[in-house]
Amino acid sequence: MSELIRLSAADLADKIHKREVSAVEVTQAHLDRIADVDGAVHAFLHVNTEGALAAAATVDEQIAVGEVASPLAGVPLALKDVLCTIDEPTTVGSKILQNWLPPYDATVTERLRKAGVVILGKTNMDEFAMGSSTENSAYGPTRNPWDLERIPGGSGGGSSASLAAFEAPLAIGTDTGGSIRQPGAVTGTVGVKPTYGTVSRYGLVAFSSSLDQAGPCARTVLDAALLHEVIAGHDPMDSTSIDAPVRPVVEAARQGATGDLKGVKVGVVREFRGEGYQQGVIDSFDAAVQQLRDLGAEVVEVSCPHFKYALGAYYLIAPSEASSNLARFDAMRYGLRVDGDTLGELSAEQVMSLTREAGFGPEVKRRIILGTYALSAGYYDAYYGSAQKVRTLISRDFAAAFEQVDVLVAPTTPTTAFKIGERIDDPLAMYLNDLCTIPSNLAGNAAMSVPCGLAAENGLPVGLQVMAPALADERMYRVAAAYEVARDAAQGGPLINRVPELEAISR
Amino acid sequence: MPSISRDEVAHLARLARLAVTDDELDLFAGQLDAILNAVAQVSEVSQQDVPPTSHAVPLTNVFREDVVRPCLTQQQALAGAPAAEEGRFRVPRILGEEQ
Repeated sequence: MSELIRLSAADLADKIHKREVSAVEVTQAHLDRIADVDGAVHAFLHVNTEGALAAAATVDEQIAVGEVASPLAGVPLALKDVLCTIDEPTTVGSKILQNWLPPYDATVTERLRKAGVVILGKTNMDEFAMGSSTENSAYGPTRNPWDLERIPGGSGGGSSASLAAFEAPLAIGTDTGGSIRQPGAVTGTVGVKPTYGTVSRYGLVAFSSSLDQAGPCARTVLDAALLHEVIAGHDPMDSTSIDAPVRPVVEAARQGATGDLKGVKVGVVREFRGEGYQQGVIDSFDAAVQQLRDLGAEVVEVSCPHFKYALGAYYLIAPSEASSNLARFDAMRYGLRVDGDTLGELSAEQVMSLTREAGFGPEVKRRIILGTYALSAGYYDAYYGSAQKVRTLISRDFAAAFEQVDVLVAPTTPTTAFKIGERIDDPLAMYLNDLCTIPSNLAGNAAMSVPCGLAAENGLPVGLQVMAPALADERMYRVAAAYEVARDAAQGGPLINRVPELEAISR
Repeated sequence: MPSISRDEVAHLARLARLAVTDDELDLFAGQLDAILNAVAQVSEVSQQDVPPTSHAVPLTNVFREDVVRPCLTQQQALAGAPAAEEGRFRVPRILGEEQ
């Protein structure tokens, strides 16, 4: 096993740019690692060996003539299979898009390429990003490198697992209700949902358009910040894209790493503890809050009384938008068509219904039906209309909280990683994984998860969630980076170094 | 809050163009009923006089210059089609027997 795969993205970039190691060598080391362990982990749906090596070779040629495309040029990355790539299939974890080759690159993909970031392949996910365990992928589950019997979170479980398995130092996720942060929490990695509208959704296969947001995943806060600055920025191809400068998140992460939080006010969300929260999660969280105090932060308790309605509002709004967005899968223009050879006998409507039945998995069907119901005449006001009011009330809770404090903190998810199969037959139990992450999707503000320890009862990672106001993403990076330094000092090194050797457990 | 029946689920599936099986109907009806009972909690705020939010970051009238720019070629647009003929999407008949 090459030592290169254990380095941070920042350190890899430094070595590549100083020509101590070539981008091709770094990419090859990660491709070798994927070949060694992905049979057990299944983080990737597609690996682009030739494309990755060619992209790395281009970076090496540029560096040889003194050109460095970005601070991350030459660093490999795992891309969630929800972002379009012109040279690799984009399946969204669904049979309905099996082998689909998009005719264009997503803006995020394009920015990565321009920055010289090397895309290793596409990562596994819950079908259409609907789920919290990656068990809803039509291509089989991804396994958590901390314990291969357990889930890596979802929907971006492939991205989080690829980081924890040292298959990639960077990954991209998308977060509609927690799909970056919850996988980060349960795999001991960093996951960031930037402010809604700051990372383009162009070429991101839509699930719930008013909530979907792509963001960086990494093993350190600084690495996430470096990736954040590569992918963020205004895009005229996305009408919801905010035309404002990218927030100075790298500078904030570096400032935070000096370990001083004097003058920073941190609010602990009172509503996010109690019944349903695992003891080890609460204990790790409380210890993290104490460390924030020790770093000089002023910590107060803050109440957000309407957060209790967030889960209900989310499971009305997201399925409603999904039922509309997924109507495009009509078996006519791209994707799967069932009974395509009997065109004379079946009508377009019948072909569409049979195709969607065969191409969508159970969770996608459930949410389409739920959304169709919520938008029906007669139920619209009671369900969808109320959910939209909840959204306003939650935004007001955040606004009131951020008048008192600079950032809010909470556990990222109520429990550590559960066993594969444990919650798959109970959709409601599965939905509860997103309890603490959903409010920031509904309000559109920035939020991230940073690893905060291992639960005493099972030795599995716990995530600390840091939430910041919209367009103040740098605040959470500063706090998370400061915490990360203190955590490593207190725990005797980075948490991720305690992930078991995969060779040993997969034998 | 009203509960959801198996027949209603079948009707919704038809509206959503999903040819679900009988087994799925049995499964989904129970699950959707449980989900709806849980999410119906939002109706507690329905009488409150607050404006609805459809979008977290309100932007209105986002315009761009009306200029010609590159788009997909016909070949690219048809590349993913289940069936194509004479440079067009080949689709099943639109009308059913009874129409």
